[in-house]
Amino acid sequence: MSSLDKETVRRIAYLSRINVSEEGLSELAGDLTRILDFVEELQEVDVEGCEPLTSVADLTLPLRKDEVTDGNIQQKVLSNAPMTDAGCFVVPKVVE
Amino acid sequence: MTDLTKLTLAEARDGLAKGDYTSVELTEAHLKSMDAHRNLNAYITETPEKAMEMAKASDAKRAKGDAGKMEGLPIAVKDLFCTEGVQTTAASHILEGFKPEYESTVTSNLFGNGAVMLGKANLDEFAMGSSNTSSYYGNVVNPWKDKSGKDLVPGGSSGGSAAAVAADMALAATGTDTGGSIRQPASYCGIVGMKPTYGRCSRWGIVAFASSLDQAGPMTKTVRDAAIMLGSMAGHDAKDSTSAPIAVPDFEAALSGDIRGMKIGIPKEYRVDGMPEEISKLWDEGVAMLRDAGAEVVDVTLPHTKYALGTYYIVAPAEASSNLARYDGLRYGQRVMDEGDSLDDMYMKSRAAGFGKEVQRRIMIGTYVLSAGYYDAYYNKALKVRRRIYQDFEGAFGQVDAILTPTAPSAAFAIGENEGDPVKMYLNDVFTVPASLADRPLSRRTAAGSTADRQAV
Repeated sequence: MSSLDKETVRRIAYLSRINVSEEGLSELAGDLTRILDFVEELQEVDVEGCEPLTSVADLTLPLRKDEVTDGNIQQKVLSNAPMTDAGCFVVPKVVE
Repeated sequence: MTDLTKLTLAEARDGLAKGDYTSVELTEAHLKSMDAHRNLNAYITETPEKAMEMAKASDAKRAKGDAGKMEGLPIAVKDLFCTEGVQTTAASHILEGFKPEYESTVTSNLFGNGAVMLGKANLDEFAMGSSNTSSYYGNVVNPWKDKSGKDLVPGGSSGGSAAAVAADMALAATGTDTGGSIRQPASYCGIVGMKPTYGRCSRWGIVAFASSLDQAGPMTKTVRDAAIMLGSMAGHDAKDSTSAPIAVPDFEAALSGDIRGMKIGIPKEYRVDGMPEEISKLWDEGVAMLRDAGAEVVDVTLPHTKYALGTYYIVAPAEASSNLARYDGLRYGQRVMDEGDSLDDMYMKSRAAGFGKEVQRRIMIGTYVLSAGYYDAYYNKALKVRRRIYQDFEGAFGQVDAILTPTAPSAAFAIGENEGDPVKMYLNDVFTVPASLADRPLSRRTAAGSTADRQAV
């Protein structure tokens, strides 16, 4: 059905937020096309009247009281961050 | 004195209870074995100091008459389980140096029952692979060799766990299985691997790959050991809303060995073209063994088997692309950022540098099949086919108590084989993936024998 071109791969890479070089795009286009070809055979399966199966866990998601169950662990939350300042995560400038 | 690393989990448990040796002695013996087998690269992080501390504490606990189900038994932990204060990498560069501030539920259960941690076992990056060659921390070598002495892959993704148990570097190990990651490496290394039914073990604190499929399980030397260890890992957990709210039975007590009158199904679709003779021969021998033990063997059909791999390689990457969005270079893990970079630049550089090739491919395939215009054709279609596969198993289990299949279409292959073409590697999961998608607790493999090459199957 689909052979992915370089521009499509560029778009997917951006949606995935992964930097890919120009040469990388061509290689990926080949790899991803191979994978899509491989899954193509699903199209021949008759799924008329079939409900999608998202999970085999035959459960209704349990509810609990809307209350605070933990907290006051600022140091723990920040302990693995690459950059922090004054008890906050530091991000690049996002507003001019 | 007997070599303490050769013991099974059950033997070691009983020996400790009788006072034949201490947990400190047992742990020291395994740490020595880890030194001797470092060439296999089964561990990413060894934790000898923590192990000795835990062993001493365990001996003290036992002296007070307070021994748990896994008391004093040294094990390896797949480096996908978050362990408090101990680096947890998922075999990825992006998590290098990450030290969780919390303990996963499964390891917390095991340690609560007295288990001693020897270290964090190697795996394929983010558990994506069937050969343990995608680890950022180097590939794992199978302790078994082929006839010519060539190095083999241990299978994956739980390759480090399997190699550690097979080479007596741990009495047992935890693994996780999404599409075969416990069963296939257990097969390749000649040990027992058990993927429990989805929901049996809590997923809380396990680095997520594909949440509707991920499940933790034991990797051990014997079936009895698997029963003991699973009993300690399992249980309902309020922190995982998909964990099953049902009581954990005594798995070990259930090992009666009596299978008289049980109906065992043999799915004809698993006789694939080009299956090596040694695999089909072992399968036939397995059938004969069950029949001799009094089971009734019947043919069953799982007509959608050939679509399981395609379904899996849409569903799993889709879920992975969402789960792995959390690696953003902000809250934990590696960050790559240059002067003047925007937030997007930082995301894109960090993720490009942090994720390996296979992980990047799967994130992108997952992103594509979930993207506008393709969602119905790929993702939704795959979920519907997954329903068909589920119905196949429902039908089969209407007739039989269990199904017997080979784990993989070949024995362990050489390191470097099946690389270069992602699809070729995926084909290895052909027998393990269907049961993952339909999730029936049939997915146990036991040591069946060895091939002509004296490799484990």
